[in-house]
Amino acid sequence: MNIYVLLKRTFDTEEKITLSNGQINEEGAEFIINPYDEYAVEEAIQIKEEHGANVTVVTVGGEEAEKQLRTALAMGADQAVLINTEEDIDEADQYTTAKIIAEYLKEKEIDLILAGNVAIDGGSGQVGPRVAELLNIPYVTTIIDLQIDGDRVNLVRDVEGDEEKIEATLPLLVTAQQGLNEPRYPSLPGIMKAKKKPLEELELDDLDLDEEDVEAKTKRIEIFLPSERQAGKILEGELDEQVKELVSLLRNEAKVI
Amino acid sequence: MTRKVLVMGEWKEGSLRNVSFEAISAGKTIAEGGEVVGLLLGETVKPLAESLIHFGADRVVIVEDEQLAKYTTDAFSQALMAVIEKENPDAIVMGHTALGKDLSPKIAAKLDTGLISDVTSIEIEGGNVVFTRPIYSGKAFEKKIFTDEKIFVTIRPNNIPSLPKDETRTGDITSLSPEIKDLRTVVKEVVRKTSDGVDLSEAKVIVAGGRGVKSEEGFQVLQQLADVLGGAVGASRGACDAGYCDYSLQIGQTGKVVTPDLYIACGISGAIQHLAGMSNSKVIVAINKDPEANIFKVADYGIVGDLFEVVPLLTEEFKKLKVEA
Repeated sequence: MNIYVLLKRTFDTEEKITLSNGQINEEGAEFIINPYDEYAVEEAIQIKEEHGANVTVVTVGGEEAEKQLRTALAMGADQAVLINTEEDIDEADQYTTAKIIAEYLKEKEIDLILAGNVAIDGGSGQVGPRVAELLNIPYVTTIIDLQIDGDRVNLVRDVEGDEEKIEATLPLLVTAQQGLNEPRYPSLPGIMKAKKKPLEELELDDLDLDEEDVEAKTKRIEIFLPSERQAGKILEGELDEQVKELVSLLRNEAKVI
Repeated sequence: MTRKVLVMGEWKEGSLRNVSFEAISAGKTIAEGGEVVGLLLGETVKPLAESLIHFGADRVVIVEDEQLAKYTTDAFSQALMAVIEKENPDAIVMGHTALGKDLSPKIAAKLDTGLISDVTSIEIEGGNVVFTRPIYSGKAFEKKIFTDEKIFVTIRPNNIPSLPKDETRTGDITSLSPEIKDLRTVVKEVVRKTSDGVDLSEAKVIVAGGRGVKSEEGFQVLQQLADVLGGAVGASRGACDAGYCDYSLQIGQTGKVVTPDLYIACGISGAIQHLAGMSNSKVIVAINKDPEANIFKVADYGIVGDLFEVVPLLTEEFKKLKVEA
């Protein structure tokens, strides 16, 4: 079985966001595998362990993303592909990224593609489904369980807290929701092995793509930070008095009740 | 520039979700005086169509088919594409809900267009329609425009106010019957796990619990408060990791990002990841034993105390208020 995992390098969730010159300040920030993509990597490795599979992790980005790819290799993926767009593309959106990934995948033999359901930075959740559509394969988003039986796949999908049991067949793309699994930490031998695993680096040229083919359809014109919340009023006095005061404040001052 | 805008309404359990009306309102802004066409897909949706007109749609297109009784990506995308081909809109709007998130990227890929997801406000600025949306789970915001003429957005529930209901408004309701076939995924069963009706992303009031809730049973105390307020229960990652509740309730940088009118944080310390998911709520109340807890730094009102004492008292007070009203 051939499994591909789409992975994005993102800011660590611990990071505070600051701006410099109107851009997100990346200096000194820690980067991680997008947590939802980490579930996707883990699931791919579990499928490999159960059924046997070749797992390729793919990312679009810059040189620095090698670190996150190596982490996925250390977890147990077999090889990695970095599609390096640093030189060619200034402004990318989900249209751009999906087109590049689909172009890379279109000649491959694919049984299953896994991705995170959303990236915690851009938060659009578009790339996985767009790629599936461009490859003309079905997809199921926000899955919390996946069982493969030959060509058949039984899935459980989280739908705003309810669960849908879904039947599909391979080839298929799925996007991972929290609760799908518990991602492993790379072991020391895993980390050693990962250094020797193949990591292919490609550019747009290698995919026969021009900049214009993948030109973004949307453009960011501004980034801003939300106004900082001020600490409010800590109530005092007997507890039942505080509760009465709170209800009155919510009703008369904040007017939300 | 006037635009023809197609707005997809969404139903749940036989009634329209509020986000449908918010999407109509968003559509009106984008249309700049052009026509706003409502759209409903489902098995029986005609009885719901008029309501879209009351909230601002000029007319409504419906597609009724038994294969649309439950959402599947393939069935809904085939129906939607048929309507898009017929209407050829300049802009499309839908809710950033489970359905909208699943469906919109496929349609965008089919149409070869951009898509701006999870929009929280829309302005017309210097001839451009400018869309604001959160990034980094609300730690920052970006403003985006389309470089192409086609506009396609999903809007976050609870952020763009709907227009006032006007029952005197009238408009055509027309029906389309495209062929829906070759569905590649099948929904075998839907297991309801959420309590009645109020979804976290659409809730006006959220009562959320953290590690301080201490157990699955502890969450029942929060549920009682949520019930009185017509709200939903949420949780911090700590509470989910500890097994007190389902991950589907998790609010934060992983999990859901919510913006209710009132957020009541009970026994939540306020880690940065959690704050990212809720600090854009309109009013925040914190209840925590620890006066140094981070959550008090973002709370409008705080009570330092044991949530198991405070929350039941609060529930009682709101009950009294309800009786008075």
